[in-house]
Amino acid sequence: MAKPRRGREPRPLGFYLLAGFFGLFVLFLYGPIATIVILSFQGPNGGLTFPMNGVSTHWFHNLFEQQAVGDFGGALTRSLTLGLIVMVVTVLFSVAAGLGFRHRFRGSGVVFYIAVASLIVPSILVSLGIGLMFNIVGFEPNWNSSALGAHLTWTLPFGLLIMFAIFNRFDRAYEEAARDLGATPWQTIRFVVLPIIAPSVIGIALFGFTLSYDEFARTLMTAGSFNTLPLEIYGMTTNVTTPVLYALGTLTTALSFLVILGALGAVLLVQRRRARQGSDAGGGV
Amino acid sequence: MTGQTQTLPAQRREGATSKRPDRTRLAAAVAPYLQVAPLTLTFAVFLLVPIATIIVVSFWDYDSIRVIPDFMLLNYEELLTSPVTWQIYLNTLKYAALTWALTLGIGFTVAYFLAFHVRSLTWQITLFMICTIPFWTSNIIRMISWIPFLGRNGLLNSTLLAMGVIDQPLEFLLFSDFSVVLAFVHLYVLFMVVPIFNSMMRIDRALVEAAVDAGATGWQVLTNVVIPLSKPGIAIGSIFVVTLVMGDFITVRLMSGGQSASVGLMMANQISLLQYPAAAANAVVLLLVVLIMVALMLRVVDIRKEL
Repeated sequence: MAKPRRGREPRPLGFYLLAGFFGLFVLFLYGPIATIVILSFQGPNGGLTFPMNGVSTHWFHNLFEQQAVGDFGGALTRSLTLGLIVMVVTVLFSVAAGLGFRHRFRGSGVVFYIAVASLIVPSILVSLGIGLMFNIVGFEPNWNSSALGAHLTWTLPFGLLIMFAIFNRFDRAYEEAARDLGATPWQTIRFVVLPIIAPSVIGIALFGFTLSYDEFARTLMTAGSFNTLPLEIYGMTTNVTTPVLYALGTLTTALSFLVILGALGAVLLVQRRRARQGSDAGGGV
Repeated sequence: MTGQTQTLPAQRREGATSKRPDRTRLAAAVAPYLQVAPLTLTFAVFLLVPIATIIVVSFWDYDSIRVIPDFMLLNYEELLTSPVTWQIYLNTLKYAALTWALTLGIGFTVAYFLAFHVRSLTWQITLFMICTIPFWTSNIIRMISWIPFLGRNGLLNSTLLAMGVIDQPLEFLLFSDFSVVLAFVHLYVLFMVVPIFNSMMRIDRALVEAAVDAGATGWQVLTNVVIPLSKPGIAIGSIFVVTLVMGDFITVRLMSGGQSASVGLMMANQISLLQYPAAAANAVVLLLVVLIMVALMLRVVDIRKEL
């Protein structure tokens, strides 16, 4: 916790009470996940609860043997691919829309409220609607068509809202400077706007990927005949009663951590590059 | 708004032909529409049309194998006259109310601690990140992670038994309303923390100081300055939590062990029985209920102003 520095007033009692509350909150968030991470290293004869019956990586091997478990590898591949497609589309569409929303145009209010509506419409409703629509039109629902659309109704509003937040704090003087120097609108976007908003765009990408990677309800009616990972996990919760489930939990959690670390690394990299290159202003020729 | 038009004089000075500014002006007028088009089209195809489909199908007929285009009110009649429906809606509202109250209490306290008691920005960001990391992992995994903790032979029961607090395992911990609400709070509390924290960070610290200088106690600062100015965050968080809980079916199914029902679960069951028109009628009613709840919450705050 932040130590009171010299010269500052001492912490009131309330601080320690709140800090204790915060500590309990963190324990509440991490405790259960820590439990299943530990239990996933159960021995081959161990069960779903403590005590630990030896320590092994048996259940991780079991996960990839895919007998009773189902097509875990295929589901993971599909989820990762779908997540990446959703990520790219979300970034492109929401950055473009964010740029568009900076100008007044007819219908902007309607589009904004549709985006908000997309957030509050229950997921299962979107799933049912898209499933029915495909059914009636006669298209086969598939993870890369109907499920892609369903996921976008969840990721695009977040992307758009983040873009609003970015552009509300955006200093237009940079763009005006570029224009005064004779940059075309495209050059202004490519060399001035995009580099400035890059870290937040990485944030949108991260949101897009993880929201899609985890999405269950919106995939339920739209995935067609092949499962994505959350559907696979859900199937496992109803018929698998071994710690292989925890192994899966540990593995997917670890994967999510890698994605977050990658994104944080990318943000740091962008900022460091900017710090290095930014200093040439006024350096002269 | 003015951004694109400001380019015009500069380009005229370059000695462009007289056609050029017209074309630029036209491009500037069309550009926002083109930029917003992909997003709008996606929402049209995958949100508006599907919702329209649901509304249409809710009036259709069905038998055990197929849906039959028709116009009848029977689906709604069956839904709204069944006492089971009302009970399930009541149960869902109970989950939503409990989850809302708990996430609000916890979320507000955590956000308040981070925003007003943690002094350095680095620590604020670090502690905030610590809170968000668990939310990047799968919801279902986070749900099932409660099972070894709460079960009959789970960690909590064994600990309590060993400590001598209880003589026999507590049965209500798992597969009960308790575990359902606990899982909801665990899943969605961040949706409350983030917007409230965001609102609190925007509160001008001078206002708090002014209140203190004017002789306000800590409690008075909280109730007269902090809470009123955090309202937008509270409203946004509440909208998220309530709509997520109202539509949920998987948490209710997994954590109640099939003992309880919710509107979402009722729909999911109808879907799995291929009773699409019944599910669609249910979906329309659910949508109306959720929209009314959100409209009530939006009376408190204009979210577009808050972005």
